[in-house]
Amino acid sequence: MSAIIEVRDVKKTYHRGNQPIPVLDGIQLSIEQGAFEALMGPSGSGKTTLLNLIAGIDRPTSGQVIVGGEDITHFSEGDLATWRARHVGFIFQFYNLLPVLTAFQNVELPLLLTKLGKAERQKRVETALRVVGLEDRMHHYPRELSGGQEQRVAIARAIVTDPTILVADEPTGDLDRKSAEEILKLLSLLNTKFNKTIVMVTHDPAAAQAAKIIRRLDKGRLAEETRPSA
Amino acid sequence: MTKLVTIAVGALLGLGLTGAVVGLVLSLLVILVLGIIVLASGEGVPMIYNIRSLTQRGWTTGVTAAGLALVVCIFAVVLMTTNGVRTTLKATGSSENAKILRKGTQNEIQSGMLPEQLRLLGAAPETAIGKDGHGLASAELVVLIYAVKQNAKSEEDGTNLTVRGVGPLGLELHPPHALDGSMFKAGSSEIMVGKGLVGRYPGARLGEKMHFARRDWNVVGVMDHGGSAYDAEIWGDVDQFEDAFQRRPAFSSVTLKLKDAAALQTLRTRMESDPQLNTLEVKREVDYWSAQSEQLSLFVQYLGLFVAAIFSFGAILGAMITMYAQVAARTREIGTLRALGFQQRAVLVSFVIESVLLALGSAAIGLIGATAAQLLRFSTVNWQTFSEVSFHLHLTPGIVFASIVFAMVMGYAGGLLPALRASRLSIVAATKGG
Repeated sequence: MSAIIEVRDVKKTYHRGNQPIPVLDGIQLSIEQGAFEALMGPSGSGKTTLLNLIAGIDRPTSGQVIVGGEDITHFSEGDLATWRARHVGFIFQFYNLLPVLTAFQNVELPLLLTKLGKAERQKRVETALRVVGLEDRMHHYPRELSGGQEQRVAIARAIVTDPTILVADEPTGDLDRKSAEEILKLLSLLNTKFNKTIVMVTHDPAAAQAAKIIRRLDKGRLAEETRPSA
Repeated sequence: MTKLVTIAVGALLGLGLTGAVVGLVLSLLVILVLGIIVLASGEGVPMIYNIRSLTQRGWTTGVTAAGLALVVCIFAVVLMTTNGVRTTLKATGSSENAKILRKGTQNEIQSGMLPEQLRLLGAAPETAIGKDGHGLASAELVVLIYAVKQNAKSEEDGTNLTVRGVGPLGLELHPPHALDGSMFKAGSSEIMVGKGLVGRYPGARLGEKMHFARRDWNVVGVMDHGGSAYDAEIWGDVDQFEDAFQRRPAFSSVTLKLKDAAALQTLRTRMESDPQLNTLEVKREVDYWSAQSEQLSLFVQYLGLFVAAIFSFGAILGAMITMYAQVAARTREIGTLRALGFQQRAVLVSFVIESVLLALGSAAIGLIGATAAQLLRFSTVNWQTFSEVSFHLHLTPGIVFASIVFAMVMGYAGGLLPALRASRLSIVAATKGG
C-alpha cells in the first residue's frame, strides 16, 4: 500500500521569550492509505503538535510534511486553507460545532467552500448525517444534542467532503464511556467500510485499541509502534 | 512658548485625525475589494452565522445597538433641524417678488425707509400693475415684541416675536395658503397670527386678545403659510402699527411684485442711478429669506454634527468593545472555521459585515426615533433677525440615506480592528478556545 502521509525529519520548536522549547525532534513517519493510527504519549510529548502539522494548521520548524503526494510545508496561508478544505476532516475533543447553526448547517459548512449546488449539498449532508445515525436530528441545534450526538455531528462534518484524511484530537476525551465506545465504533466503521485514513490522538488506552496501529511519542520522538489487533 | 505648544498639539491632533480618516478610507477600500473577492469566489462565511450570533448574545448586542441607535437618532435629528430651518425660511416669499431694504442692513428689523421711496418704487416701470391700475408694492413695518410663553413660570420665559404691519396689498403679495377666520380690517385693532403661534402665547388664538404696544389686539384670523417663516408672525394694519409703535412715517421694507423675471436687474440699475433710491438695496424675496437661514442653519449643523461626532466616537468604541467581546467569546468558532478551510479574508469580511449589520439594525431603531420627532414642532431664535423661527422636522429620503451611511461607517470603524484580530488568530490555539 502507498503512503498517504509522509513526515520527513520534522522538527518543531516553540519559543517562550528567547527560550526555545523543542516539541518535535526529527520525526520520521509514514502512514498508509486506509490506515487507522493512534498517537499516544504523555502530555508534552508532541502528539497533538504532530497531528496539527499533518492537518496543515501548524508548520514545522524544519523537515517536510507530505500528504496525498503534496508537500504542504511551504504552502502559503491561503493555499493551506484551500488544501485543508479539500483534504482534511477535523474531529475535535470538544466537537467545535458552531452553536448558532443547526446540525445540518454545521455539517454543510465545509461544503460551502466547494462548487456544489444547494441540492447536491443537501444530499451530501443528509448522507453524512445518516452515516452517523443522526438524520432525524438535522434541524437541532448543538445545545439540543447530547455530547455523543454532538461529536457524531462533528464526524459528519468531517466526512461530508470525502477528505483524504481524518484527524481526530482526543475525540472521546469529553464523552462518557458508552458514548465514547459509540464514537470509536463509528470511526472504525469509517475506516473499514469507507476506507477512510484516520489519525487519532488519544490519552485513553481503551480508545487507542480501536486503531490498527498505535504509535507512542516521548519527548518529541517516536518511541514505539504496536498493532493492537495483531 | 505656550502658543508654540498649543500650535504643536493642534498640528499633532490635526495630523492624527487626518491620518485616522485616511486610514479608515483606505482600509474601507481594501475591505471592499476583499469583500468582492470573498463574495465572488463563494468562500464567505454564511451570513446567517453572523446574524444568529448577534441575536444570541442579546444583552451585549442590545446595549451596543441602543448606543448606536441614539447616535444615529441624534445625527438624523441634527440634519432634520438644519433642513427644517432652511426649508422654513427658504419656503418664505415668492420668486416673483422683490424685497427692498436700506443698504447695509441685514434684515427688515434693521432697515428703515420713507413713504416717498415707496411711492417711487410703486411707480417704477419694473413693478407689476394691479387691477386698480396701481403698482403692486407694499410698505411693511417689522417690529419685534417680547412675548412670554403660555404657562411660563417667569417673565424670562419668553421670546421675540415678529410683528408685521402690511398694507392692503400685503395679502396679495404674501397670500396665505389658508386663513381660519378673516383678514384684519384696515384702521382697526384686528390682527392675524401665524398657525405656529397658536396656543403657545397668551391670546394667540382665534377670537382671543393679545396685548402688546400698550394695546389689546383682537385675533380675527389664523394664517397658514405652508410652514414658512410667516407662520410664526403676527400681522396687522401697517398704519395702526406705525402709530402703536410710534414709527410714523418710517417703515421697514417694501415688497413689490416684479413685472417679469428680467425686471429685477433693470430695477437695481434704476435704483442705483436715482439719488432718492440709491440708499436702498433690492433682492429677490426668496433670496432674502434664504440668506436669513444661513447663519442659524450653519450653527445648528456644526453644533449638531460636533455633538454627533463626540457621541459617535463613544458609539464606535462601544461597537468595538462589543465586537472584541464577540471575537473573544467565539475564538473556538473562529478557529474551527479557519481549520475547516475558510480563508483569513473570509473571517475578516465576515466580522466586518457583522459589525455593519449591528449598526444597520441600530440605524433602523434610531430612524424610528427620528420619525417620532417629526410629530414635534420646534422653535428657536434666528439671531440674524432676533425673532422666533418655528419649524417642523421632516425625515427626508436624503436624511435617511445619510443616517444609514453614517451608521455603516460607525459599524465599520468599530468592527475593523476586532475583525482583524479574529482573522489573525492562531488556528491551533483558537480551536482549543485559547
